[in-house]
Amino acid sequence: MKLESKAPEGLLAEKWAKHKFNMKLVNPANKRKYDVIVVGTGLAGASAAASLAELGYNVKAFCYQDSPRRAHSIAAQGGINAAKNYQNDGDSVYRLFYDTIKGGDYRAREANVYRLAQVSVNIIDQCVAQGVPFAREYGGLLDNRSFGGSQVSRTFYARGQTGQQLLLGAYSALSRQIANGKVTMYPRTEMLDVVTIDGKARGIVTRNLVTGAIESHSAHAVLLCTGGYGNVFFLSTNAMGCNASAAFRAYRKGAFFSNPCYTQIHPTCIPVSGDHQSKLTLMSESLRNDGRVWVPKKAGDNRPASQIPEDERDYFLERKYPSFGNLVPRDVASRNAKYVCDEGRGVGETKLAVYLDFADAIKRNGEGWVSAKYGNLFDMYAKITGENPYKQPMRIYPAVHYTMGGLWVDYNLMTTIPGLYALGECNFSDHGANRLGASALMQGLADGYFVIPYTIGDYLAGMPVTKVETSHPEFQKAEKALKEQMTKLINIKGNKTVDQYHRELGKIMWDQCGMSRSAEGLKLAKKQIRELRADFWKNVKILGTDEELNITLEKAYRVADFLELGELMVDDALNREESCGGHFREEYQYDGEAKRNDDEFAYVAAWEYKGEGETQLHKEELVFENVKLTQRSYK
Amino acid sequence: MSTTKGMNLTLKVWRQKNKDSEGKMVDYKVSNISPDMSFLEMFDVLNEELLLKGEDPIAFDHDCREGICGMCSMYINGKPHGPWKGTTTCQLHMRAFKDGDTIFVEPWRAKPFPVLKDLVVDRTSFDRIIQAGGYVSVNTGVTVDANEIPIAKPIADEAFNSATCIGCGACVATCKNASAMLFVSAKITQLALLPQGQPERAKRAQKMVEQMDAEGFGACTNTGSCSAVCPKEISLFNIAKMNREYLTAKVTAEEEKQYAAGV
Repeated sequence: MKLESKAPEGLLAEKWAKHKFNMKLVNPANKRKYDVIVVGTGLAGASAAASLAELGYNVKAFCYQDSPRRAHSIAAQGGINAAKNYQNDGDSVYRLFYDTIKGGDYRAREANVYRLAQVSVNIIDQCVAQGVPFAREYGGLLDNRSFGGSQVSRTFYARGQTGQQLLLGAYSALSRQIANGKVTMYPRTEMLDVVTIDGKARGIVTRNLVTGAIESHSAHAVLLCTGGYGNVFFLSTNAMGCNASAAFRAYRKGAFFSNPCYTQIHPTCIPVSGDHQSKLTLMSESLRNDGRVWVPKKAGDNRPASQIPEDERDYFLERKYPSFGNLVPRDVASRNAKYVCDEGRGVGETKLAVYLDFADAIKRNGEGWVSAKYGNLFDMYAKITGENPYKQPMRIYPAVHYTMGGLWVDYNLMTTIPGLYALGECNFSDHGANRLGASALMQGLADGYFVIPYTIGDYLAGMPVTKVETSHPEFQKAEKALKEQMTKLINIKGNKTVDQYHRELGKIMWDQCGMSRSAEGLKLAKKQIRELRADFWKNVKILGTDEELNITLEKAYRVADFLELGELMVDDALNREESCGGHFREEYQYDGEAKRNDDEFAYVAAWEYKGEGETQLHKEELVFENVKLTQRSYK
Repeated sequence: MSTTKGMNLTLKVWRQKNKDSEGKMVDYKVSNISPDMSFLEMFDVLNEELLLKGEDPIAFDHDCREGICGMCSMYINGKPHGPWKGTTTCQLHMRAFKDGDTIFVEPWRAKPFPVLKDLVVDRTSFDRIIQAGGYVSVNTGVTVDANEIPIAKPIADEAFNSATCIGCGACVATCKNASAMLFVSAKITQLALLPQGQPERAKRAQKMVEQMDAEGFGACTNTGSCSAVCPKEISLFNIAKMNREYLTAKVTAEEEKQYAAGV
């Protein structure tokens, strides 16, 4: 199968406008005859469900939480980028496009990224119209700040709770459509399979998390807006319930999975405090605007921060990257924190941390100024660690935060299964090998508000309005397989808990497929994951039945999928014999900096499922017509 | 990773098999609990132990564990989200307790929040209140440039304060009347303060209050406990504002009827 990006021909700046004109439209009276399923109600899902319902389609929306308002987009702190150039500091659509391509280490599709930059300006207009309370200046106009990896101030924010405010905006639009009867909402309902009929996605099979009921839902198209797969690592900044099952099960049904090895390790997280740790907490990297990152110059220096004189501190990011300093992109900041800790210069009890110090900012502008800007983050840090960050520097360490890889999609956001779309973090499309700060919110909302409402019409216009019944044998087959999986899991009756397996998988992934990877380590990881997976299916312990609210069973089938996806990530990391963005192969570097290999690896890896642990690699060559590939330098 | 100050605690936890069965308090012992653990991590530890012993683990709602999704909802020693001010259960850490403590843990108690299992309750009544009018009716793409709607910073900041509500339901759980007025008023206030919310201001206040009543939430008797336990410290001012909005809306509705009648 040849992968076709379907990116339109022509000038970069005109592609999207031309494409919009060339796409087929669905007559307004016909829209109400089409049903669309939206899985996930984060920024991508809620915005898509609301926008499609506004257009007249019948939407069914699903989320595993008790309310669509709780999707993990809500936890995004720092902000959302848009090329408004309100600060008159030289920003433009082209610059946002360029920064995103470069930040992604030249592993994203030009046409998609340019469209993202174009619609970014509409997103801000949309959110403000909904009543999202962005930060403002005294003149009443919108405020902006700069953010990691960027030299212009293009980030819109709502204190440290931008994700919350944007999600509540999209949730309000969704709620309006639920009230209008155009969206039927299914909370506490998890999608566990996609159903294809005659090669097209025609519905899903779900599990009701309260009653355990397995149910089928049919539609003319299915949108997966189910987020990323960071929880493969057990410890990550993802919510506890975040899982990859929807995307992974679509992969098993024939949707290609792209670039699974591209994972983003975020530099500013609160370090692990003990074995009981259940998840990691991110602190917005906006902190790097005013905080300075340092470690002692000497290895094994156990003095408290206050007793280490200025000339014995190493502000390593400022030293190595004088032009970007503490604002280097996430992958660079994370890797350098790892290096100094590997050298024995880490701080705190575990020595797996570096300082993020606000002493200079407090001296310069006062505690009140710092508190107004970062108060909620400082409070959060104090609650978690029991330390006062106004009096002593915070300790930070990198943690898994975002996954750039995901289901392969074309320019229309359609996967390799016709009628099955992937939006937001669930797809692979816009961030290449590394995502810039404040770009995840932008992409989720771009896909949901401004891309899918156009592209889905082009597909549905060619579909007969006839509905499929859920009594169709394909639905029955999928339901039966799911019930069998539940029974199989419950009947194992082993003696190891799901969390024990998940922790072990996480450790393998973090050690061998985390910030630094090598062929040797990856081969070992592949073997270990296979052994762990085999043991899981023999020895996992689940109590209760599949016909009730069963928290262990839920975790079990999600971890079963992680155990396969982890292997796919390792396969992809092994295949990619270069270093780029979040993927750092020890064999391919110079002076600790990533060494790309554009001649051989300027492609999107798209993996096809061929049975458990078996794959076939397809390649989409990336063509750069506008941007010249250079080695990224932030020095 | 030292856990030098491990605590031994007694937990008394509400167990209820499903929404139709009766529940009861059950005693559990946990030992060597690190003060650096979050309250929910302590529950994770307990659940692992229960599972290995062959006992059904305790179901509780939780997701982000960063204090922002609003899913966690435990009544701890008689207080929603426990002893720390302005803090959700997931951000409460065990250093709030001392060795030998007995801790009571119950689900939210309110008729519009039926218990589904153990500590898990159904809060879809909150969603239905938002659906009744907690939005600005603007379709995607039908907007003006964002900076064409200037908003004075103090107004924007005040709207933001109201908008930080996470919809957890602690306000209802603590209220002796199971009133949802802090939750409802936070949304009404946010949108009443902003220019974008003006066209539907009166209708919104009426519809949301009507839905709140229809769900069976009680009235407000101004004890202020809702604001005191709110993890986002939403101010009681919002309720006063809502009452005024509602009253004004009633009057305006009369006027509008007269316009419609051509008077």
